[in-house]
Amino acid sequence: MSLGLLLLLLLALGALGFLAGRQRALAAVRGDARDLHSLPGYYGQTVALFATVPALLLCLVWLVVQPAIVERSISALILPEDITAGSSLVLVMSDVRRIAEGMDALAVAGAASEGEIAALVGQPDALKERLAQTGVALAAPILPHIAEAAQVWRAQTALGGQIMAAAVLALAVAGFLLALWRIAPEFRARNVVERFVRVLLVAASSVAILTTIGIIFSLVFESWHFFQLYPARDFFLSLTWAPKFGGGSDLGLWPLLWGTLYVSFIALLVAVPIGLMAAIYLSEYASPAVRAVAKPAIEVLAGIPSIVYGLFALMTVGPFLRDWFAQPLGLGDSSSSVMTAGVVMGIMLIPYVSSLSDDIINAVPQSLRDGSYGLGATQSETIRQVVFPAALPGIVGAILMAASRAIGETMIVVLGAGAAAKLDLNPFEAMTTVTVKIVSQLTGDTEFASPETLVAFALGLTLFVFTLGLNILALYIVRKYREQYE
Amino acid sequence: MTQAPAKSLLVPDARTRARNASERRFRLMGMAAVAIGLVALVVLLVSVLGNGLSSFRQTYVTIPITLDAAVLDKSGNRNPDEMKKVTTLGYGKLMQTALIAALAEKGVDTGDLKPKEIMGMMSKEAPADLREAVLSDPSLVGQTITFPAFATSRIDGYFKGRVTMESAARDANINPEQLALADRMAAAGLIETRLNWGFLTRPDASELRPEAAGLGVAILGSAYMMIVVLVLSLPIGVAASIYLEELAPKNRWTDLIEINIANLAAVPSIVFGILALALFINIAGLPQSAPIVGGLVLTLMTLPTIIIATRASLKAVPPSIRDAALGVGASKMQTIFHHVLPLAMPGILTGTILGLARALGESAPLLLIGMVAFVRDYPSAPPEGLFDPASALPVQVYSWTQRADPAFVERASGAIIVLLVFLLAMNALAIILRRRFERRW
Repeated sequence: MSLGLLLLLLLALGALGFLAGRQRALAAVRGDARDLHSLPGYYGQTVALFATVPALLLCLVWLVVQPAIVERSISALILPEDITAGSSLVLVMSDVRRIAEGMDALAVAGAASEGEIAALVGQPDALKERLAQTGVALAAPILPHIAEAAQVWRAQTALGGQIMAAAVLALAVAGFLLALWRIAPEFRARNVVERFVRVLLVAASSVAILTTIGIIFSLVFESWHFFQLYPARDFFLSLTWAPKFGGGSDLGLWPLLWGTLYVSFIALLVAVPIGLMAAIYLSEYASPAVRAVAKPAIEVLAGIPSIVYGLFALMTVGPFLRDWFAQPLGLGDSSSSVMTAGVVMGIMLIPYVSSLSDDIINAVPQSLRDGSYGLGATQSETIRQVVFPAALPGIVGAILMAASRAIGETMIVVLGAGAAAKLDLNPFEAMTTVTVKIVSQLTGDTEFASPETLVAFALGLTLFVFTLGLNILALYIVRKYREQYE
Repeated sequence: MTQAPAKSLLVPDARTRARNASERRFRLMGMAAVAIGLVALVVLLVSVLGNGLSSFRQTYVTIPITLDAAVLDKSGNRNPDEMKKVTTLGYGKLMQTALIAALAEKGVDTGDLKPKEIMGMMSKEAPADLREAVLSDPSLVGQTITFPAFATSRIDGYFKGRVTMESAARDANINPEQLALADRMAAAGLIETRLNWGFLTRPDASELRPEAAGLGVAILGSAYMMIVVLVLSLPIGVAASIYLEELAPKNRWTDLIEINIANLAAVPSIVFGILALALFINIAGLPQSAPIVGGLVLTLMTLPTIIIATRASLKAVPPSIRDAALGVGASKMQTIFHHVLPLAMPGILTGTILGLARALGESAPLLLIGMVAFVRDYPSAPPEGLFDPASALPVQVYSWTQRADPAFVERASGAIIVLLVFLLAMNALAIILRRRFERRW
């Protein structure tokens, strides 16, 4: 039974449950709703909730758990000799999966009956040809044993699907009947529904915590794998980054960290003065009309996706900086450089700095300004010597938040900074960052057993710790500052 | 008694002048900063629009083609299954003959070009398109149809100014004589550049056929992900906000949740990609490149935005409403669901749309879950289609920038325009919703 049909059935059961529950409650008091504890609709809701929610949860858990169980039982079927040289269990398993999916496609398209497919398992070459016709092209010849494994895979998946449909429907019907059976005039349906809803609300609010746990778990778990294959000392202390697929790589963190910090530094060098001055101008000098136009226009910069900035760096800023600065100054002839990525990222960060600083400058009490004017200070003297120092902690917080964004930014550096990991001072040289390497080590067909792939998780953990630290520091500073004037 | 030289209050002294000058300088710096911000925005938009608008137009070679029944359908019973035996190669030959004949008929001088070189001006995708058209409508066989076929990206680039005679001389894929012939064909009305809807509807095409590449699969994939994000993040986000804002007691647990939400909003997006790779793909075994996985990650990333917006609009509902409802005997839940939530709905919807717009432009996490893969087949209808491989708009931009042919850069800019139009539409909708339904208390 297909998933969509199952979900539709559950929904139908829920709707039916509502009507039946309501009907039964009214029937129990011969149509006089005043004798019921709750409004009739609540009786219907109890039945609908008990029929659908547990069944949906079971369905969800089943969908997550079943592939893992099937995978485990199939892995056990694969013999060591099935794994040819240069291959691995993971690759063989993905072949099995693709063959099984190809067989499913054959069956669905009506190109072959189940009997024919079973016969094909015995003749790998014919099977490969048939699969190629459905668009599943396999590089290596299919081993008969693998074809059998694929067939077992299909059988188990299909069986699992049937059992799931049966179990989910059984649970739904059981919930339906239980809830319906409990209905009586004195049954406190509203309290039951409200407790049920409250549990759902609490569950929803814990998704945030689960996400954080998921992030930390996945980063730490895979990083731990990495450090078992590659010494942590080399990762944290080595000055070279030279991954070689096939072993013997140097995976030192420093060149990547240097590139990241250098790009972020340039980005802040662009964003902080411009953002700060823009915020000061807009909050202290600009007329309401100018402010009404310029503030949203600058904030549009924050709404533009980073891939757009990436393309801007690649097409426009990179060649411009190369032709007008790097080449005339003899500093290199690469269009992707630390400078390119830094400048574009700086533009992206202007609105972060300006809108955060704007809020903070506006929060400085007017009395401070008035006192300064009263002493005869000009407006700029007031801003520089009174407002700015008063807002400084908040502005530092804003800059730290912008820095954390710069460090975690991916698309601009992927398209603008280059891929060569080196420790260099020349800003017109292509360098690379932590995020670029996470992308390049994890895209494409990856095999999760080599340190070259797993290093991405250690890099991700480094990034996560860095940005989290910056954010917590920034939040702490901003919060502490806000309390001063409130 | 010596008097100091008389100073007029009307003539500022040197120090005042310096202070006033510094005031003006400071003010100018502020104006300059705002101006730089605005100029950056304009340059960004102009550069993307300037590069990308041309990708909505494409160069076509329009020629009459006789679909010879003897070649295409030997058995003569117009059965598509039998006609599938004629490969793209067969259609290519047919097209070549038709092209040469059309040139001869219009009296276009083909110079020293060999027929193969003339055919080389057509996209390699053109015969495949012709085959597709014939297979979907077998009754065309035997007729002479006027078929607009793609020219290669080099010819297209020549008409758009990207390819010149000089660059063609160094190019292995095209030579200046072919370009000269293209000029003569354009004069004879055989080649024209016009609007190409295929850019929005066709799937991606291979490295060598940029002219045929389109955004169909990417737009569909993005739409599927947005459906997943909407269906999951709106109920979960609203439920979480209601609990935190209206029901939760002030204790360690709710503090923990609040800190978590604030931090999740600041976690780099690529880290969410790692989470999805490790959790959804490696452990849960969901397929790579599938919109469901992308939708799940984007949901987790959008949740903080929606929760923050929802809490703000719940907070904006005045307590008097709650008190009145509680006063006439409504339960806490009835108060929330019958009174507070409906009043907060416009704000919630606005926040949700803005969150969706943010999710639509996100690309880094999608790179890690394999959405960069080359996908030519449209995903099937949801819910099963959610598990089919697909691409996404921002990721399609990235994968096009990674290809060698400069024609793909033009298409990447075009895809950005499509993305920005979607974002603009969503933001405009959010603003309209806010203007129309926002209530000030």
